[in-house]
Amino acid sequence: MASGTDVIRRIKEQIEEVDPKDVHDLSQNGNGDAPVIVDVREQHEFEESHLPGAIHVPRGHLESRIEGAVSDRSQPVVLYCASGNRSALAAHTMQELLGYEDVASMRGGITLWKDRGYEVEVPRALTGEQRERYSRHLLVPEIGLEGQMKLLDARVLLLGAGGLGSPAALYLAAAGVGTIGIVDNDVVDLSNLQRQVAHSNERIGVPKVDSAEIAIHEINPDVNVEKHPVRLGAENIMEISEGYDVIVDGLDNFPTRYLLNDASVRLQIPVVSASILGFEGQLSVFHPYEGPCYRCLYPTPPPAELAPSCGAAGVLGVLPGVMGLLQSVEVIKLITGAGETMAGRLLLYDALGTTFTELKVRRDPDCPICSRDPDSISDDEMGVFPDYEMFCAGAG
Amino acid sequence: MSTVKIPPVLRASVGGAREVEASGASVGDVLREVAQQHPATESQLFSEEGDLNRYVNVYLNDEDVRVLDGLETGVAESDTIVILPAMAGGGR
Repeated sequence: MASGTDVIRRIKEQIEEVDPKDVHDLSQNGNGDAPVIVDVREQHEFEESHLPGAIHVPRGHLESRIEGAVSDRSQPVVLYCASGNRSALAAHTMQELLGYEDVASMRGGITLWKDRGYEVEVPRALTGEQRERYSRHLLVPEIGLEGQMKLLDARVLLLGAGGLGSPAALYLAAAGVGTIGIVDNDVVDLSNLQRQVAHSNERIGVPKVDSAEIAIHEINPDVNVEKHPVRLGAENIMEISEGYDVIVDGLDNFPTRYLLNDASVRLQIPVVSASILGFEGQLSVFHPYEGPCYRCLYPTPPPAELAPSCGAAGVLGVLPGVMGLLQSVEVIKLITGAGETMAGRLLLYDALGTTFTELKVRRDPDCPICSRDPDSISDDEMGVFPDYEMFCAGAG
Repeated sequence: MSTVKIPPVLRASVGGAREVEASGASVGDVLREVAQQHPATESQLFSEEGDLNRYVNVYLNDEDVRVLDGLETGVAESDTIVILPAMAGGGR
């Protein structure tokens, strides 16, 4: 019977080993052929320190998780561990059993890397309670510790704590968004409770910002809630919005949506926008200067008779839940950088037919707002659109 | 015949249908036929000059006709036209 040492020695003969210097040089030259660096050690070892940019797939989970982290089997991959044994075994598995074509193990592991004086990343740590609370995020490669830290550092502003804002507030709080701002000057009404799940029977008559704060802290006491119990207008939108990373638009009227668009373009803050009516929802992301803005999509609002509100026309109570959570997913993607956002696309959800229709949204080269330098947009232009006076008169 | 998807705010004008069928060689022809079949939609889709109202977005399949040839954009039998006015409801 061969000893463990013999097995490791034999496996090392069957795989490619690379020196830390080669890994360092390849990852520094930045010409696009840099390998993916995978740390196969245990969680606590990875958190202590790791190679810059390394992704973490513990050897015990290699077979089940490596495809999620490295989907292209021809992509060059360098594995490392503490001293080069576990990574050699993992490289052998990837090469022989999983069909990866270009796998190497870094000789001497992170110990030799550090001895050579190369830099390591020392991640900020979560508390024990946070590690437990966010454990299902930490397991997802697209979020992981790095993504969770971004969420904890993030500042998200919810415009409205109503139908769309309620589910967004609850799930973004649960996800660990560090600061949630809420703008709403309304109080909880019995007729809200058919869909506005952040509020409750006991809190009828309570300002929505206070009610939402209670609900947020019930699910995650660590979230810092910033309450803005005001009506959003031209006089306060810049001051309130500044400093937030993402804005979630659950507004219920056109003039404020145009105002928000213009402020967000000036401040260069992405807006995750949704609107709902009856059984239908629309969703998009307006990412200033990276994609179209709200005015590129809708240069002019419809006349009042074609723009009924949910208050006037009704809405399926579950629909804002669906749309508010689709918004929340976009928020998390914007913060963590995972996946592709809805910027440049508009999603139409028809709940009656259960159909999802996706439309392209282009930047308008002649857009009155986002075709210009943000500093050139003046206060007087904000929220103004053709026929504004007539629209507002018509809307009563 | 092309399929034209009708947004919620226009459904009352087409007898409640979520989509209607109409024929025509161009987007404008198809929409004019919709307006002929359902006269209540005419003023909502077209201005008095016969142009598409500015607040109505029209897509041929997934592309905005403003980046194609507008109302002159050619339509094939299997195409879907989506009429899309802006909505502002936030569930208040």
